[in-house]
Amino acid sequence: MTTEMAGRAVAVDGHVLEVSGVTLRFGGLTSLDRVDLRMRRGEVLAVIGPNGAGKTSLFNSLTGAYVPQEGRIRFRPGRGGEHELRGRKPFRVSRLGLARTFQNIRLFGALTALENVKIAVETRQKTDPVSIMLGLPHARRAERESDRRAHEVMRFVGLGHRLNELASSLSYGEQRRLEIARALATEPELLLLDEPAAGTNPTEKRDLEELIRRINAELSVSVLLIEHDMRLVMSVADRVMVLNFGRKIAEGTPGEVQRDPAVIEAYLGSSSAEDTAVVTGMLSGRGGAGAGDEGEERA
Amino acid sequence: MKATTVSRGKGGGPDMSAAARLRATRWYQQPRWRRLAALLGTALLGAQVTGREGSSSDIFLALKENTTGTGMWIWLGGALLVWVLREFVSEQLAAGWAGVREGARAGASGPLGRGRELWRSLPWVRVAALTALAVFLVLLPLLVTRHWQQVLVDQIGIYVLLVIGLNVVVGWAGMLDLGFIAFFAIGAYSAAYWTGSLPVEPPVVLNNFLVIPVAVVTCLVAGVLLGAPTLRLRGDYLAIVTLGFHEMVYLAARNWRDTTGGTSGASVDRFEIDLGFWSYRWGLDPVPYYWLLLVVIALLIFLFLRLEHSRVGRAWTAIREDEVAAAATGVDTVRFKLLAFAIGASTSGVAGVIYASKLGFINSELFVLLFSILVLSYVIFGGMGSIPGVLLGAAILIWLPEAMRDQVPAQDRFMYLGALLVVMMIYRPQGLLPSRRRRRELEMAEEGAGGADSLGTSEGRRV
Ligand SMILES: Nc1ncnc2c1ncn2[C@@H]1O[C@H](COP(=O)(O)OP(=O)(O)OP(=O)(O)O)[C@@H](O)[C@H]1O
Ligand SMILES: [Mg+2]
Repeated sequence: MTTEMAGRAVAVDGHVLEVSGVTLRFGGLTSLDRVDLRMRRGEVLAVIGPNGAGKTSLFNSLTGAYVPQEGRIRFRPGRGGEHELRGRKPFRVSRLGLARTFQNIRLFGALTALENVKIAVETRQKTDPVSIMLGLPHARRAERESDRRAHEVMRFVGLGHRLNELASSLSYGEQRRLEIARALATEPELLLLDEPAAGTNPTEKRDLEELIRRINAELSVSVLLIEHDMRLVMSVADRVMVLNFGRKIAEGTPGEVQRDPAVIEAYLGSSSAEDTAVVTGMLSGRGGAGAGDEGEERA
Repeated sequence: MKATTVSRGKGGGPDMSAAARLRATRWYQQPRWRRLAALLGTALLGAQVTGREGSSSDIFLALKENTTGTGMWIWLGGALLVWVLREFVSEQLAAGWAGVREGARAGASGPLGRGRELWRSLPWVRVAALTALAVFLVLLPLLVTRHWQQVLVDQIGIYVLLVIGLNVVVGWAGMLDLGFIAFFAIGAYSAAYWTGSLPVEPPVVLNNFLVIPVAVVTCLVAGVLLGAPTLRLRGDYLAIVTLGFHEMVYLAARNWRDTTGGTSGASVDRFEIDLGFWSYRWGLDPVPYYWLLLVVIALLIFLFLRLEHSRVGRAWTAIREDEVAAAATGVDTVRFKLLAFAIGASTSGVAGVIYASKLGFINSELFVLLFSILVLSYVIFGGMGSIPGVLLGAAILIWLPEAMRDQVPAQDRFMYLGALLVVMMIYRPQGLLPSRRRRRELEMAEEGAGGADSLGTSEGRRV
């Protein structure tokens, strides 16, 4: 697969992300229970698990939206250095090079698609409000630069023809792409995608698969992917990690995970022979559209 | 969740499923009846407030008089008329209007479409229109009576400056600020202090114009000091904090008599320029102040419009729409909110300096809470986030009570203003000339997708 030849990524090897013993509780509910996770630079790692397993909670803990009570989250950007992410403010996490999309799409609906992306580009700029008000040359240059860069990203995700549409008027699949574009515009090293295929049609799914590959290979971005669509997971992921009730129950290549009895039981609640066959079919992406496609509820 | 489509059917036919029938709204459940009830309630209140005053010997006198006289029927009739016009007649008008708009968008002719085309394509049309407007505004005070000249300066001019500032905070950054006049007071007292008009002596006495930058800095610092610990709060808490801040500033001005002059006040020097070869003093004539204000306002609008269409304006919109997503994208939300707050505060401070220097006198009673509320209502009435909107809103809402001055008793004028605001909020919550972004947000909020108002929205949703 393409990931082995990722350009920038191979320059620095080792792990881009190391999570150890992360525990997140809401009152009596433990939604993450001593989760460990190591992610190699340049890989595509999928996180799967039944509804309510704690996948989104994991993303929220990584990006600073939730602060886990215990554990360490170490992020090592390619330029060197090591950063503890636990308890860091979301915007600081984003500036370190970690970008995310949301399970329930959260675009800025009253702005155009291009403006959504420009906002992301501009978080990396430093022009001060006084030079903007005075229209100083460097402020104008920054504005042009953000425009150019946003156009580039929009073309990369294949939305070059929808620049001036309102974000809220795009189709569901396009909105998911726009969220990816907005995340990419911050030039991340690690991209977290929360169910990017939920609610999209088969053609859009195929395009998405292609897009994830290109993000990984051409931009050398490591991808952490939550997805219920097993066909997608099996085709793009280098490794898969399975969560259930906040606990990691399996980890390995897609093939290994599919045959893991613990995983089959998690999806099923029992392990009788013929049920196992059904689930194995489902996990390999042949039968049905994938478990729990209904997980796409919008807030 | 997506809003369930509410069927507007009249009861539902026999072939409707049971679930659909349960979900269908009956005729009496339609929102238009709620709106009618609100209007009639306002009318009843209006009839009582504007009718006869009570007497202490017969406590029910006013109630009796006001429910039997014609006043109440006029109010109720007016409410009914507004309701009928808006609910039934304007639908047809709106349909016609939408047709015209569609035509315009399709590039077809039609008076409106052509006008807009001209506006877009020909720069000289724009220049000519703006020049005509500028000439009109410059000459305006020469065309009106002395009384209206005073209104133009003391009220419209000053409040226009204030709404431009508050619009940055409320309209663009989406924070509810109920204490805006506190910064106005700080500006005014800065003017009094630095020109040596207060009982306490300043280190150096400054010219009124030099006080403007000093007041800007003072208000910036005050805004940041107040904002830094509180802007993390959600919108409704912030509103309470700003309210409290206003009361603190007001009570300090009122009770700290040896320093501020309290309710008896202090006189302030007027504007004066002395360039050596040329000097000018602003005196009692309001017209020179008008021109001064016009220059300041035009300058601020120019600067703020640039800000609105820059990374700063976009970041504000992002924060307003979805703070969680904005932060996840890397927007330093606290910093941008603080920026908006500080810009608003310093604009208010500038207005305060000009106000004090124009009146030539200040006391604590010029800075009561009512004015904070009024500025906010001008912004909302005109259309949050749109500079032409808030300008128009301030101008109309100040002009109206002045124009009614001779027609109705003075103490009733605010009742009419209130009734107008109620009607406006029922039928046009987005304001007179809303900004495009704000209008879309409101539409989305009605469909149930996301929040539009400045009262912290996204926080409550799960990430
Ligand atoms: N903010 C919160 N407050 C309380 N409980 C929460 C919160 N966020 C998540 N949870 C709980 O944590 C558990 C894990 O939720 P999470 O959203 O991480 O699941 P998920 O694996 O993403 O599921 P899905 O596939 O449905 O998206 C659930 O039981 C959920 O109710
Ligand atoms: Mg989830």
